[in-house]
Amino acid sequence: MKFLRMKPGHGEVLIAEGDVELAEDEELLIEEFRRQLDLGMWAAGPERTSAGRREARMVKAFEEIPRDAERVIFFPRAAGGA
Amino acid sequence: MLLAIIAIGVVIVALLWDLVLPSVKTAVARHRARRAIIPGASYDPGRERRAEQRARQLLKSCVDDEEWGMYRDLGFIRVWGAMARAPRRGRLGSDDPRAGAPYAYLIYPHKPIVAYLPQTRELLNEYCVEFPDETRPYGSALLPDSDDVLAKWMALTGDERRLISTANMHLPGRQVDPKQVRRDLWRLGQWERERLRRTPQAPGEVAAP
Repeated sequence: MKFLRMKPGHGEVLIAEGDVELAEDEELLIEEFRRQLDLGMWAAGPERTSAGRREARMVKAFEEIPRDAERVIFFPRAAGGA
Repeated sequence: MLLAIIAIGVVIVALLWDLVLPSVKTAVARHRARRAIIPGASYDPGRERRAEQRARQLLKSCVDDEEWGMYRDLGFIRVWGAMARAPRRGRLGSDDPRAGAPYAYLIYPHKPIVAYLPQTRELLNEYCVEFPDETRPYGSALLPDSDDVLAKWMALTGDERRLISTANMHLPGRQVDPKQVRRDLWRLGQWERERLRRTPQAPGEVAAP
């Protein structure tokens, strides 16, 4: 599983990577996931629906991420614009 | 005699030294300044372009082929609304028959999301929303265009209600020109027809007139 973060002036950055089946990796991923949410990021995982369409799953806790998810994308929290 | 010549020479050198010294000092200082290594990050004019290229690849890998093609060819993505009722227009009542009609959004980079009714092409609202990164890693809080579109797409398809409730809602025309949106909807219609025409048909299937 890869954690990517969108960054202004750069595009996405790989911030963590690991195998959720390995306890050590999972712990590292959980720690990074919490850190990103504490920084004010939103997290989403792109996935395919049963109808075959692609959509995103917004996740607020590490447990909500499907175990087979390949990546989770972190992006700045939405704010109302002008 | 020799002593007098030497004395005159010394006086001449001393006088010239006063005249020449400032320009020699300036020249040395300029030379040092030219050779000096300036600390800090230098401006990279290609950074934004590379960031956008990365963002486009990420967007392409996340959305449907149809949505990617739409963005590549038209510059925006249409996302169908998933809530049971279409967003209500400010001046229309809840009993308006259009309230339950299928609705969709147009996602533009760094512009408000525009909600509309595909059947009538009526514009409903503008939703002004931003994803500012206050850490400003390269001096700007703005994501690359395609990352902004992807962030809106993920937030809309993942949790439409949350995004819409976060955004500032305005009537159409506040920031996005309604004429431009109607033109974009017409372009979208043309683009979809062309795409359908190009799609290979299954054996026995008859093309639409």
